Amino acid sequence: MALKLSELKTEAHNDWCPGCGDFGILNAVQMALAEMSIDPSNTVIVSGIGCSGKVPHFIKTYGVHTLHGRSLPFATGIKLANPKLEVIAAGGDGDGMGIGAGHFVNSGRRNVDMAYIVFDNGVYGLTKGQASPTLKLGVKTKSLPKPNINQGINPILLALAAGYTFIARGYAYDVRHLKDLIRRAIQHKGFAFVDVLQPCPTYNDVTTKEYWAGEGHLDIEGKVVPRTYKLEEGGYDGVVHTGSDEEVARKIQQAVSKSFEFGDHTPLGVFYQNEHIPTFEERLTARMPSYGSNPPALQEIAHEDGTPLTNVQKMLDEIRVT
Amino acid sequence: MKRNDFSWMIGGAQGSGVDTSANIFARAAASGGLYVFGKREYYSNIKGEHSYFQVRLSKNVLRSHVDTVDMLATFDDETLARHALEVREDGAIIYDPDLGHNKVENIPTIEAPARDFLTGELSSNGLGTEMKDVIELARRRGVHIFAIPYLEILKKVGEQFGESSLSSLARMVNVMAVASSFALLGYEEETVKDAVRRQFKSKPKVAEMNAGAVGAAYDYVRTKYNGGFGYKLQPVKTDEKRLFVRGNSAVGIAKELAGCRLQTYYPITPASDESEFLEAREVIDLDGSAALENPQVGEAQLLQNKGSIAVIQTEDEIAAITMAIGGGLTGVRSATSTSGPGFSLMAEGLGWAGINEVPVVVTLYQRGGPSTGLPTRHEQGDLRFALHAGHGEFPRLILASGDLEEAFYDTVRVFNYAERYQTPVIHLIDKALANSDVTLPPYDVNKVKIERGALLKGTLQPPEGGEFHRFKPTPTGVSPRPVLGTKGGVYWNTGDEHDELGHITEDPTNRNAMMQKRMSKLELADREIPLKERVNFFGPNDAPITLVSWGSTKGAILDAMEWLKEDGIIVNFLQIRLIHPFPTEYVNQVLSKATKIVDIEMNYSGQLGGLIRERTCIPIEQYIVKYNGRPMSSEEVYEAVKLVSEGNAPKKVVLTRGA
Repeated sequence: MALKLSELKTEAHNDWCPGCGDFGILNAVQMALAEMSIDPSNTVIVSGIGCSGKVPHFIKTYGVHTLHGRSLPFATGIKLANPKLEVIAAGGDGDGMGIGAGHFVNSGRRNVDMAYIVFDNGVYGLTKGQASPTLKLGVKTKSLPKPNINQGINPILLALAAGYTFIARGYAYDVRHLKDLIRRAIQHKGFAFVDVLQPCPTYNDVTTKEYWAGEGHLDIEGKVVPRTYKLEEGGYDGVVHTGSDEEVARKIQQAVSKSFEFGDHTPLGVFYQNEHIPTFEERLTARMPSYGSNPPALQEIAHEDGTPLTNVQKMLDEIRVT
Repeated sequence: MKRNDFSWMIGGAQGSGVDTSANIFARAAASGGLYVFGKREYYSNIKGEHSYFQVRLSKNVLRSHVDTVDMLATFDDETLARHALEVREDGAIIYDPDLGHNKVENIPTIEAPARDFLTGELSSNGLGTEMKDVIELARRRGVHIFAIPYLEILKKVGEQFGESSLSSLARMVNVMAVASSFALLGYEEETVKDAVRRQFKSKPKVAEMNAGAVGAAYDYVRTKYNGGFGYKLQPVKTDEKRLFVRGNSAVGIAKELAGCRLQTYYPITPASDESEFLEAREVIDLDGSAALENPQVGEAQLLQNKGSIAVIQTEDEIAAITMAIGGGLTGVRSATSTSGPGFSLMAEGLGWAGINEVPVVVTLYQRGGPSTGLPTRHEQGDLRFALHAGHGEFPRLILASGDLEEAFYDTVRVFNYAERYQTPVIHLIDKALANSDVTLPPYDVNKVKIERGALLKGTLQPPEGGEFHRFKPTPTGVSPRPVLGTKGGVYWNTGDEHDELGHITEDPTNRNAMMQKRMSKLELADREIPLKERVNFFGPNDAPITLVSWGSTKGAILDAMEWLKEDGIIVNFLQIRLIHPFPTEYVNQVLSKATKIVDIEMNYSGQLGGLIRERTCIPIEQYIVKYNGRPMSSEEVYEAVKLVSEGNAPKKVVLTRGA
């Protein structure tokens, strides 16, 4: 039985600004979940702090709205304790690549099987528009007293360096395309990162909806040319098929090269995908065979009368002296 | 004060096998029926700095270390230089005569104050600064000196076992030092060889060669020093079963027993040994996997019948606490182990667990602070910090263990508290407990009960209106808690103030209801947790002096009390275990009747003393404190309390011993 989109909506009041790109991302997530007919009680949306942090409250699955920058370790703890749950993390670019950058990088090393959606708008909206990690050097958005003094992070490149096994970029106002990306990210075996260009109508007056639509970007005939394009439409294939070292190196190199395209010609789609890397759960199962079938959250720990089920006799024997 | 025990010390450069030799010594003594208390001191360093291990032995129960050394076993010059003056007259020093001409001032790792003190002592006795002078100074004080030419003896062992590499042979000098000690004490040679074989059981050839070295040391001592120095150490026949436990392992075993199935950590001294212990034992035996004995069951099936604990090394302590909380949300008993600097990073996560009512256990191994402080040394400086870590107000429980017996059972208790009251629990232990090795009666796993509180799993009846009110206030403050994945239990968590569903709200009425709900759980804990889990009281009710303390000072205090009693000084001792919620009524009852209260703590300001005054209005006028990074010995506690009883103590006695 297909899950209706309406069944995934909550009554919680949504206080995002009118025209916020977050609405597009929220819709795309809900559409992807409905299309996949996920079980809402087996699904957990984990978020950080900021406007994007509120996203779990608008989706009728288990929701965990965490601390600034910490959505990934919370999500990792949930997933490793119960790998049978569908876990989706979400957060802003400040959350993921500023205060939470350490977790962003180290999550790549682990490759836990979950998806991470970054609401990438270049500003800290909820605190009134300060520059965030992806804002480029010298750019002055509306509420900055001076142009940005820091360089912008390249999230795609950072994810590649950290070892992410699914790296994609979507656009908040191309909901259908974004829905497909999110769906692929959830289905990907391993840690999937989706960077979503998300116009902030209130504080980012540079990379606006109109900007991405191509305002002021004309071809020779004077026709407006959108500033985004779809990787797959040009025949780009980011997927690692055989898993050979040579293929992996080639695919990473082409993704690196694509990651530098930004501004007038910004690629959307899957930059890189490699399911040949074992997930963290598989690595744990290799060491502890029962982990996969009987993970921590499903293990019983006590008999009915409360006596422990764990037998520590062997450990006590190790330290017996008389 | 009459000591009825024997105190042995071995030292050496870190990485030279000091731990191994102490372990062999202690196990050989413990398996001979003696009670053992071992204490390890080391620098924040991988190789080269000085570390030492002190092992105290007795026919009677031991709970602490002493400052006096009866026998010092050395195989390097620095150990001799640093500890020779600690050896009591009529004690013994074992040393390598090859080191005789090494000079104190040429030891690069010895710190200036210690070096200057020693050279001062040497020159005021008209001696030079060579090791032979250090030995001479000890001899003049009546210390028995035993020169053991380790390498010379080892070369013969090498011939016997076909090993000619000098560096391989030199690796056995530590075992030689142990064996010479036992030989001089007239202890059974075979027991020592067994302990050596056990230590090296994974490398049979090394084990045999080391056992050979033990034999050679015994032969040398028999020939050269027949009769030793008049002190004999003999095994004691006992039918009692005993364990020889190290602090980190006691907690590790208890965590698995308690059902902890997710442990996160970032490497930090002295906490990470526990996580490594767990990781090495990540596959868990369960009751009823008796299929173990059944040859019909294949190995794969066998492994499927086991439990497992995921031990995750994180990128920092922020990830450690938040990952553990994530585990807690799924219904897994989750914990993280850390020390002060790591706990500092966990403060925000702790508050999140508080407002979302998630059970999580933090095992806090205190060490010398602030900042990096004394990273490998002892302190109990985090009582106030544990109480107040995190902004805003939320309920937490804090349990402080006093010894390795308590640490074991308390580890199970903290998980029970966390789930019963759905809130973070901090288990306060410390470096002294983590790095002590003690003989104990076997842990009784039948005494352990697991209490999971209002935990909901599986499928719930669809609640009215279709949504589960996770945070609906109840008379006790505790609301049923569905684990993530429970059908019909969908709810939300947020670090913002929230309504019953878990959605953000800044409504003032709701805020009051939620604050009251959460904080009332502390009152519930205060009503429910039995006194015997919260305090210990030792000694007669009407003693003229009442000692009050918390944590690992317990052992030194109890041992000191026995000596004080022999001197006719009667004291009693109130040990406070549950720091929060504070056992106010009981403490008030005991202390308001006390004639003289003495607060004993391993920190500068007497943190518990302040807390007692805050909770009971009873002022503490007499403190005995220590903050030099070395745990209190029973001797210094004894002397300080004696001074207090004689009316000669300053208001704050500061203990200063330890190398």
